[in-house]
Amino acid sequence: MTLLSEPKQEKAVGVKRRGRSFKPRYPTWLALPALVYEVIFFLGALGILVAFSFATQTGFSQITYGFSLDQYKAVFDPLYLSIFFRTLMMAAIGTILTVMVGYPVAYWMARYLSTYKLLAVLLIMVPFWTSFLIRTYALKIILDSQGFLAKTFGLDIMYTPIAVGIGLVYNYLPLFVLPVFGSLERMDWTLIEAATDLTARPLRAFWDITFRLTLPGIVTGALLVFIPMTGEYVIPAILSGGKYEFVGNLIGDTFNTAQNPPFGSALAIMLMVALSVFVVIYIAVATKEERFGA
Amino acid sequence: MPRVSRAKAGFSVWAGVVFVFLYLPIAVMALFAFNKPSEAALVGFQGTDWCALPPDKIGNVSVWNGFTTCWFSAGLHDPSYVPAIITSAEIAALAAIIATCLGLCAALALARMKTKIRAPFDVLVYLTLVVPEIVVAVASLIFFVQLRNHVPFFPQLGFWTILIGQVVFNASLAMLVIRARFVGMGDTLEEAAYDLGSGPVSTFRQVTFPRLMPAIVASALLSFTFSFDDYVLPAFTNGTTNTWPIVLYSAVRFGITPAVNALATIMLALTAVAVIAVALVLRRSRSRTTSAPDAVGSSLGGMIGF
Repeated sequence: MTLLSEPKQEKAVGVKRRGRSFKPRYPTWLALPALVYEVIFFLGALGILVAFSFATQTGFSQITYGFSLDQYKAVFDPLYLSIFFRTLMMAAIGTILTVMVGYPVAYWMARYLSTYKLLAVLLIMVPFWTSFLIRTYALKIILDSQGFLAKTFGLDIMYTPIAVGIGLVYNYLPLFVLPVFGSLERMDWTLIEAATDLTARPLRAFWDITFRLTLPGIVTGALLVFIPMTGEYVIPAILSGGKYEFVGNLIGDTFNTAQNPPFGSALAIMLMVALSVFVVIYIAVATKEERFGA
Repeated sequence: MPRVSRAKAGFSVWAGVVFVFLYLPIAVMALFAFNKPSEAALVGFQGTDWCALPPDKIGNVSVWNGFTTCWFSAGLHDPSYVPAIITSAEIAALAAIIATCLGLCAALALARMKTKIRAPFDVLVYLTLVVPEIVVAVASLIFFVQLRNHVPFFPQLGFWTILIGQVVFNASLAMLVIRARFVGMGDTLEEAAYDLGSGPVSTFRQVTFPRLMPAIVASALLSFTFSFDDYVLPAFTNGTTNTWPIVLYSAVRFGITPAVNALATIMLALTAVAVIAVALVLRRSRSRTTSAPDAVGSSLGGMIGF
């Protein structure tokens, strides 16, 4: 026993001395596979998209590369600009509605639930884990002009912007509620108690403390739903019956039916530009607000 | 006190309304899986199996006509539905495995790297998550067609190009989820393992990997779900391959039968079971650090400067 364990101990001591300067760290090359993959299949694809947007179409599925701004000029047609405007407006309205519907739910979960908190989180998640298309189709059954809502309440809103708005809120609500619930969970509710003890009215206490402290969560959650809403493709196609197309549908059409990839590429680039401008302004305003709060 | 309980009651009512809003359409969809074809549609019909009616003869499926269970067998025996579900599941499983491996390696290497060296990679990862999917989809379509024309062994549009396209997003997602956990759990136990004479490989195998397991499982499941559910990217890069969302989309737009409801209801039940399993995993990982949605949320928050 002693003979066997003796050298082992010595070895361990030796390793320990060597290991003292050690900081647990993994080799940098481990990041290479992912990096190479993303560079090729993401940046490569976006690069070709940019190249296509400056190319010209010379006949059926024949492309000549070059530096032509014709496709971008075509985007600035009033018809297409109105679709861009509609997309950003619908996404903004959808985001505001999602915040208004979702924030009270997240607040209720964080503030008033204890035993059933996990269950509530699960119930928020389950629709999110069911098929996006199935959810949109399910909404279509309810909103159908021959369906339940129309026959019972006389509400025929299928194929209108309202239906698209409901579809946006319905599909993206969980994506907003979960992060905001996360930031409400970190709330220290004794602050509210202190404020009310110091004679603050509940609404004032909420506005000055809870809202301010969870504002970063709201800003993040709103961005999380706004970005995919702007690029939305399925919801407008199904719930507006093609009548209130988003830019995403327009891009799809230029590839599927119009067979004009250069123009579609320019539209896609402009969608990213429009989205970035919107997001930068939004962040500037939101952080300014936050600084006032602090 | 009464003021507090009144507020609580108000919030509870609102939450109740929102949960009904979330679940009513799904419940109605499941109910309509048992919907009989209308009398008008059955007028000239000869056979015994109502559910053999083709989609264009069936009339409006949003109106309740009566009870039948035949759609379940019609759905399961449909020549296009079940194969599409299997294709989707195969792509999703491969995407989950590849994305999780790429994400795990990148997360290990990047988590303890200096911020300045890491920054470009981070920007790339966040870009893959925030660029609208329709943009990625058309870009991938152009790119894959060009690759096919110029690179001899690149596959033509189909199963493999769908997979290649989806791994981009899923690897980024997996990296964020795993890295959040890796950073959150600190390096003290790994240091202790080294101090006790364990080498880098056995430290990883015995200490780091088991502790990362909840995040690895969570990111694999997230990847699987996103990939399985994805319509836009496969719709542009599929060639002639049909995935379940692609079949669903064309059914919803150009003629649907309650057989789709029946299959969706079966899968809903399976998902519910899977979600409960995920919840248990997340609960384990959250009891120590953060939950996966939380991690994704805070990482995305970190990117835009909050």
